[in-house]
Amino acid sequence: MSAATEHHTDDHHDHGPEMTGLKRWLFTTNHKDIGSMYLIFSLIMLFVGGLMALVIRTELGQPGMQFVSPGFYNQMVTMHALIMIFGAVMPAFVGLANWMIPLMVGAPDMALPRMNNWSFWILPAAFTILLATLFVPGGAPAGGWTMYPPLVLQTGDAFPMLIFAVHLMGISSIMGAINIIVTIMNMRAPGMTLLKMPLFVWTWLITAYLLIAVMPVLAGAVTMLLTDQFFGTSFFRAAGGGDPVMFQHIFWFFGHPEVYIMILPAFGIISEIIPTFSRKPLFGYDSMVYATASIAFLSFIVWAHHMFTAGMPLTGQLFFMFTTMLIAVPTGVKVFNWTATMWKGAMTFETPMLFSVAFLFLFTIGGFSGLMLAIVPADFQYHDSYFVVAHFHYVLVPGAIFAIIAGVYYWLPKWTGHMYNETLGKTHFWLTTFFVNLTFFPMHFLGLAGMPRRIPDYSTQFADFNFIATVGAFGFGLSQLLFVYIIIACARGGKKATAEVWDNPRGLEWTVPSPAPHHTFDEAPMVK
Amino acid sequence: MKMQKILLGALVALLPSGAALADWELNMREGVTAISRDIHGLHMLIFYVCCAIAVFVFGWMILALVLHRKSRGVEPAQFSHSTKAEIIWTLIPVLILVGMAVPATQTMLDIEDDRNPDITIKATAYQWKWQYEYIDEEVSFYSNLARTSNDARRLDSGIDPTTVENYLLEVDNHVIVPVDKKVRVLITSNDVLHAWWMPDFGIKKDAIPGYINQVWFRAEEPGIYRGQCAELCGQDHGFMPIVVEVLAQDEFDARMAALQAEQGVGSTQFADNTASAE
Repeated sequence: MSAATEHHTDDHHDHGPEMTGLKRWLFTTNHKDIGSMYLIFSLIMLFVGGLMALVIRTELGQPGMQFVSPGFYNQMVTMHALIMIFGAVMPAFVGLANWMIPLMVGAPDMALPRMNNWSFWILPAAFTILLATLFVPGGAPAGGWTMYPPLVLQTGDAFPMLIFAVHLMGISSIMGAINIIVTIMNMRAPGMTLLKMPLFVWTWLITAYLLIAVMPVLAGAVTMLLTDQFFGTSFFRAAGGGDPVMFQHIFWFFGHPEVYIMILPAFGIISEIIPTFSRKPLFGYDSMVYATASIAFLSFIVWAHHMFTAGMPLTGQLFFMFTTMLIAVPTGVKVFNWTATMWKGAMTFETPMLFSVAFLFLFTIGGFSGLMLAIVPADFQYHDSYFVVAHFHYVLVPGAIFAIIAGVYYWLPKWTGHMYNETLGKTHFWLTTFFVNLTFFPMHFLGLAGMPRRIPDYSTQFADFNFIATVGAFGFGLSQLLFVYIIIACARGGKKATAEVWDNPRGLEWTVPSPAPHHTFDEAPMVK
Repeated sequence: MKMQKILLGALVALLPSGAALADWELNMREGVTAISRDIHGLHMLIFYVCCAIAVFVFGWMILALVLHRKSRGVEPAQFSHSTKAEIIWTLIPVLILVGMAVPATQTMLDIEDDRNPDITIKATAYQWKWQYEYIDEEVSFYSNLARTSNDARRLDSGIDPTTVENYLLEVDNHVIVPVDKKVRVLITSNDVLHAWWMPDFGIKKDAIPGYINQVWFRAEEPGIYRGQCAELCGQDHGFMPIVVEVLAQDEFDARMAALQAEQGVGSTQFADNTASAE
């Protein structure tokens, strides 16, 4: 940077990556490359986990055992959850963070680019190990993703591989979280005070703190499983004076914040998209930030609502019931704020907005069933039934995953420099929304009628709704092939995207050209 | 519209054997105990509250989606704050939650009131069956998935589950209890976690090795009630149902006496057992 640089615009930084071919991706420290790799990885994992879901739905299509053994069915249930949570949803959010946070805060890259490379490349290793368990003696883990002892200790050779894979995922998440916090705290453009940050940056900042707080707890829990299995300890073995319920407390102390790790960034994405397509600023920015922080705080004091049936003192049950119900308040504030943002706007319904509106409706349905689950006496009936399966799929699929898809459509023109095919995008939206409801809504009825979760076969009274759910699952799965086609087509060509892409959107990411050059914001922009 | 009808028709035609299987059961059962009815009442209360909120929130969203679209030529407003609105939509949910917490807490207190049981049964879970011990009556037996279901549920068994009566919900030995008596169930496990779920009694409790959990019920109507294990416990988790038969007191006494005779419960046999144990 010499004095000769008189007119500095962003588009003169047009030099690309230093290396080409495989080396570029292996050694890259560029936040855009790493973001892309995270996103592609999570898309692959979405299909791997989705195939497992289809094995589950195929077996459940009609009563009787037709296709797989009960043991393999349990492997599919366990692996589906682990892959979707740690392989699809979390890496997708990290990918979006990598791509967008530096662009949104006006930073040239992530703060710790080499660690960024490492935190991504750990993931393929971790999931290779996890998927390899399908081929070892005893098969893949089959004790549920919650890994409750003593059952998980009956896992065969897959057991240490599972623990190691979970450790690797945890390390990757912690490194990613550190990177995000350091970037946000230190690399914001001059003038961007904390309360001027885009909501997506805010939600990710809070999510990153949650990750740092709870991933070590998970690591501790699975390490205790490991020593119980191989080194003769009795943390969770009743026969040795240990306590199987303690594992559940530790696991859910990780597990409940984990739930919000998977939804807070989604809140951030929705808070970016709805204002753009309503042509109106986000309603209640400050209260959105405070609501996110409140949800994050509450997530640490509600964990035992996952284990009301394990037996605990009355006062304990009441405490966890009240704290859990309380979460409805900040969550409600968010839903009201989004609706107030749309109110008196001038809305158009491009694909990102369609997915965001669907998120609003369907995530709220998941919120309602969550509120019902908080009521302890009623939870005694809902717990471990298909009602719970319906609940968490409503918050994770039309919740987290719809927000991710909305974010991909929203920022895809910025990444590729081309507009995606809007007609196909809308087709993808309507197919996905129809089938997601066809799959998961009947599960509410199944649970209330008394069908337990995680069973490979069921009483004939449950046959009809199960069949409908299976039809829905195949429709949902096939619809996602269209998503892949749209993304590939958009990467290869299409109408040129402008820098702004949309109609006067807010945020620094829209001030750089589309596609965003390999290096952006070498000189920090000023934020007024 | 026509297209929708055709699609719906096609979907119905695809359903396995259609109406023969169709229960289309949509809601939670009321059950046969005071507690299960309270739980059902709570469930319906929260459900209706959620419906009311949904009508309001979704109504507001739909109104916005219809009215405030660019294609209607509206100019976007630029407001972004309203302290009054934000206070209102924080406080009203709090009040609704308090209204729900009060009856829920009352039901919790009733559920936890386990004083003075009339009869105590210990239920021990195994991979993959239940053992029931009547503590005072000195009777004990195992309860396995019924043979008919067990044959039909094998991979490619060739048996149509719809021809099996109470498929996967029948066992060889029923738990028997007297009607209108407070029955206490002590629940534990001998291996991994399981859970004892009887929807009609409003009971679900985990069976945990090293722990004894306690639940109780007072069934008000004689009949046969069916439930299942509700905590993943290995490959045959789906195949260890629970069946409780609620009997009139005299019938229960007769069945219990028969069981005691069968198992040789009585002073001599008891003495023999003690002797052989030594």
